[in-house]
Amino acid sequence: MNDASVAQRRSAADLLPSGDGGAKRRMRAISPSRLAIHATLLFAAALYLVPLVVMLLTSIKTPEDIRTGNLLSWPETFTLIGWVKAWSVVDGYFWNSVKIAIPAVLISTAVGALNGYVLSMWRFRGSQLFFGLLLFGCFLPFQTVLLPASFTLGKLGLANTTAGLVLVHVVYGIAFTTLFFRNYYVTVPDALVRAARLDGAGFFTIFGRILLPMSVPIIMVCLIWQFTQIWNDFLFGVVFASGDAQPITVALNNLVNTSTGAKEYNVDMAAAMIAGLPTLLVYIVAGKYFLRGLTAGAVKG
Amino acid sequence: MATLELRNVNKSYGSGLADTLKNIELSIDSGEFLILVGPSGCGKSTLMNCIAGLESISGGAILVDGADISGMSPKDRDIAMVFQSYALYPTMNVRDNIAFGLKMRKMAPAAIDEEVARVAKLLQIEHLLQRKPGQLSGGQQQRVAMGRALARRPKIYLFDEPLSNLDAKLRVEMRTEIKLMHQRLKTTTVYVTHDQIEAMTLGDKVAVMKDGIIQQFGTPQQIYNDPANLFVASFIGSPPMNFIPVRLQRRDGQCWAVLSSSLGVAGQARCELPLGELEAGMDNRDLILGIRPEQIQLAADDGAEAPSICAEVEVTEPTGPDTLVFVNLNQTKVCCRLAPDMTPQVGSTLSLRFEPSRVLLFDAQSGERLLAKKRQATDNKVAQLKRG
Repeated sequence: MNDASVAQRRSAADLLPSGDGGAKRRMRAISPSRLAIHATLLFAAALYLVPLVVMLLTSIKTPEDIRTGNLLSWPETFTLIGWVKAWSVVDGYFWNSVKIAIPAVLISTAVGALNGYVLSMWRFRGSQLFFGLLLFGCFLPFQTVLLPASFTLGKLGLANTTAGLVLVHVVYGIAFTTLFFRNYYVTVPDALVRAARLDGAGFFTIFGRILLPMSVPIIMVCLIWQFTQIWNDFLFGVVFASGDAQPITVALNNLVNTSTGAKEYNVDMAAAMIAGLPTLLVYIVAGKYFLRGLTAGAVKG
Repeated sequence: MATLELRNVNKSYGSGLADTLKNIELSIDSGEFLILVGPSGCGKSTLMNCIAGLESISGGAILVDGADISGMSPKDRDIAMVFQSYALYPTMNVRDNIAFGLKMRKMAPAAIDEEVARVAKLLQIEHLLQRKPGQLSGGQQQRVAMGRALARRPKIYLFDEPLSNLDAKLRVEMRTEIKLMHQRLKTTTVYVTHDQIEAMTLGDKVAVMKDGIIQQFGTPQQIYNDPANLFVASFIGSPPMNFIPVRLQRRDGQCWAVLSSSLGVAGQARCELPLGELEAGMDNRDLILGIRPEQIQLAADDGAEAPSICAEVEVTEPTGPDTLVFVNLNQTKVCCRLAPDMTPQVGSTLSLRFEPSRVLLFDAQSGERLLAKKRQATDNKVAQLKRG
């Protein structure tokens, strides 16, 4: 219905300037203001891309090349030695991060979906207060939960384990995922759940058969958000993991901050890019689904 | 096929809040079509949700075929509902939407296919079975929503304002189709609407509600001809009933209502309507006379005895099937429904005739209907309902 009205408005706008109006429109396409907008946007894009370009160029240079040239100079000799060396350093830590991020993302998204479903469709006495308190969790800074969390992990026997780090990320992420799903499900008409109840569906059947299939866009939002948060996390990683269990962000920090020997900027840059690649990949893959989900979910009576 | 009986049903959302439903009593026979009608906020949808089991009741009992179902969960009540927003499952195609309730009831796949085919044929939606709800027009979605209810063959159908999202033309078409469907299937039906035309045309029985109370329960004809109070009289009928403030005169052993038009000199600008004998003390009360627009006619020269009055035409509205003429009686605008070929000039004078037996009298304060003693015998039912 929204699409239709937009299309109508658009077609009405197309119809209005008839005859020489069409010529005017073509004139406007290359007007100075439009040029200015495009120039500004291109400039902003370039500005944001410069650091990435610098990292990429530096990572494929030899150390001598880095010393003699400047940040944006083209490499004299193209080499992947930085990448190979970087991978040999972060290899184990990269998989640590994968082992932390994937279960934590999946569990927190699943729990958030179930929470959101209950808080929007099966309201109980005090559910608004419950949701309010949960929201409060979104505003808690990481630092404030460090001590209580490490105390709890110690009691549970999960200190310095990957499982412990997963638990911390899940608990911290539930506030956000619940918020996402709850706000998505309040826009779903109650009548759907009522109809399903009369059709004989129970609590989990309604969730699994009716609501989850409608939730692709918000699941994608949740996955992107949680993966970015957990993959990029440094503080929890450095506090709750040690030695070989550390995530890649901590390993990267250790690599860059080593003060012995000559600084190998090409290795640093390559390692930083390896650490950043998975989030980039998630945006590229899930972002596509996200857009598709948005347009497919537009069903209205 | 089932009877439905509501016994003293109450619903409230908390001790501090006003009751949403108050002492609802009604019962319908197997195969009857019950309309719940009233303005928004009157509790009609709440009552329907209580029957469906989507909301619990605070007191009373709901009986289907004599068995109390008020403690059962919705899925065990064997009731199907068509929602105002249709509530089709957006990710399932039409076939799966219709089949969902059957699958939940563990029906065999072959039997489900057969049932879906039967319903699709009945509603002429066979060509739409593979489509998603988003690819259907409003009217088609409406049909699918009905199909989903029909497929289960429940004891009772509930319709919650099913036509209010359709455009005017489609609404009239679907109204006829729902009536046709009911005549064919003869399933007990409860239908919520705020549209008094739907209430009049579809229902075997009508319950007019306001503020959580049933104002009147009866056949459409009873509701239309013998409204229990001012609210029912004003809610049912389009154009609405005229309400003219009157004073009474007592003469010859009965009461007379006096009407006067603003017309000064020419013709008869005053008339008295005999109302039969009323209780003493009525003379000084503020009373309201109710006359439906079609019950005011042009006075013919056939020497009929009905009282008549001359009044000046203020506005005419030709609607097509008839012409609405507005005159002023007792300082109140009064609508008369005349034949379409009658198009009196504005400012001209009309001689209008009333049928005294069709005129209703209401108490202005309480809004209750007042009945003349000689007519009380025939209207006993109305009086009973009014008291209830």
